[in-house]
Amino acid sequence: MATFIRDLKRDRADRSAGAEADPIPLYMAAAEQKQKSKGGGGDEGDGEKGEGGQKLAEKGEELKEEMDELLDEIDSVLEENAEEFVKNYVQRGGE
Amino acid sequence: MCIRAPTRRLDRKRNGEPEKAEGKMAIPTVMGTEIEFGIMVKNDPDFDPISSCVLIVNAYREDPDGKILWDYDQENPLADARGFQVEGEKYTPNQQENIARNKTLINGARYYVDHAHPEYSSPEVTNARDLVIHEKAGERVIEISRREANNLLPEGAQMLIYKNNSDRKGNSYGCHENYLMDRRTSFKKVVEPLLPFFSTRQIWCGAGKVGSESRNHPCDYQLSQRADFFETEVALDTMVKRPIVNTRDEPHADREKYRRLHVIVGDSNMSEFTIYLRNGVTALILSMIEDGAISKDLTLRDPVRTIREVSHDLTLAQEVTMDDGTARTALEIQSDFLEMALAYTSSRSLDPVQKDVLQKWQDVIEALGRDPMELDTKIDWVIKKRLIESYIGRKKLDWSDPQVQMLDLQYHDSRPDKGLYYLLERQGKVERIVTDEEIQHAVYNPPRDTRAFFRGECLRRYPSEVFGVNWDSISFGLENESIKRVMMAEPLKGTSEFVEELLDRSETAAVLLENMGS
Repeated sequence: MATFIRDLKRDRADRSAGAEADPIPLYMAAAEQKQKSKGGGGDEGDGEKGEGGQKLAEKGEELKEEMDELLDEIDSVLEENAEEFVKNYVQRGGE
Repeated sequence: MCIRAPTRRLDRKRNGEPEKAEGKMAIPTVMGTEIEFGIMVKNDPDFDPISSCVLIVNAYREDPDGKILWDYDQENPLADARGFQVEGEKYTPNQQENIARNKTLINGARYYVDHAHPEYSSPEVTNARDLVIHEKAGERVIEISRREANNLLPEGAQMLIYKNNSDRKGNSYGCHENYLMDRRTSFKKVVEPLLPFFSTRQIWCGAGKVGSESRNHPCDYQLSQRADFFETEVALDTMVKRPIVNTRDEPHADREKYRRLHVIVGDSNMSEFTIYLRNGVTALILSMIEDGAISKDLTLRDPVRTIREVSHDLTLAQEVTMDDGTARTALEIQSDFLEMALAYTSSRSLDPVQKDVLQKWQDVIEALGRDPMELDTKIDWVIKKRLIESYIGRKKLDWSDPQVQMLDLQYHDSRPDKGLYYLLERQGKVERIVTDEEIQHAVYNPPRDTRAFFRGECLRRYPSEVFGVNWDSISFGLENESIKRVMMAEPLKGTSEFVEELLDRSETAAVLLENMGS
């Protein structure tokens, strides 16, 4: 939820005719954001047979959660009026 | 007048014949990319692309007096590499138009209006890793100037920029790669292997695209943004009847020694990994061509048909027809190139970037053979496909939905907070090659190992004395003197090694020219 609100604020700031924030800190801040650790596959090497199956399931759960969060974020930034936007996106031929 | 600098050896025997040196690549690599960006302004009924381009390019201000010209004098876009000159008018803007449409930057890049697109032409670099850094720096320049331009637009209007190649309405704009080659390599020898190479390399460097430009060949998704737009095999034009191999012959360097291969067939890539391979592998193939190391005949029956068919085939399993009647897949053809490359490099010493590129290319070819989706952190078309499929899965959409088309477009959005590629990068979902610090540095600093260093440094140190710039020259306008043009015909001279000390000793351009012994 917090992510959603932050993005909305940035969106409004982006649209205003006022001075925009220096883009340089934005790239740096984005890079500094904690990266989700992907981790290895289900083969962390050790663990007994029984544990292996559970680890895989946990891993699957984790990946699904990550994907859900990612899709949430995409939803929050994706252009709202997709149909109109895409229709209006016309370019002159270039090289 | 030339820059006085020690001559760099290019391994020649006394009689002028080049050494077919074992252990050395054919010619030191020099490369660069020029990228045309898509542009639009939301909520502006008077939107005109050309004036918007002029606005955005001018919004990026490094040159305080705003009067440096791009020197069109030596440009020759009508020269064809096959050995003739095409008739036609060379367009040269008047001085006012020139200044409005051209910026040469202190990092050695050119930022300008090309027809109805803002275009960023990176400075010359010597390797694929620096190419990534400088191409990405171009994205930053575009974004910085987009924000500045936005401040000048009417209330509510918003300028948006896309690093892609298609508007899905039949119009395309390019990402052009440039590679320095030895002029002695016959153009015919260059063309033959490049037709199959360019038709198939999209399996590992395509940017991905939703839908098709061709009503007769519809598709949900394809590997390449540009493939549908190629109509001929070899030609000079870049805007209509586009050729897979472009014959433009404007070396912007010593014409006797060099050729600049102008490649228009590539996609505008977002992924650093993909950009790295795109240029690194292509440079390697060109070295092989120059050294006569293409031992297999991979001539296609119909390259124009193949480039489209390969793009539309997401299984990578469809066979294409070779000129000898046999059938191969694009992956098999690329594997053949890889095999030849491994043989070629086994007897040569590679620098670390070349080694890394080759290893990564090999890993990618092998992964494509198992399951392309393994590359969903590396190759643009796979990254994008994974993204779209996940979104479709959650929202129960199908490929023809406008939201899916929007995902395709927004993947290439220049805004770091809205662009979907940047979002994935931020979330650690894509593999990086370079760092943000390196990219940021390259926005304001030229490469140190090409003539871009001299160009960028002159602009930084003597902005009020520079009269005009081109790739292979820079002119100074000094008080009470005629314009003095310094020729820079050698892309590997004018580097920090040769000129930094000279520049440090020269407080003004007048002093510089004196020190250079005019």
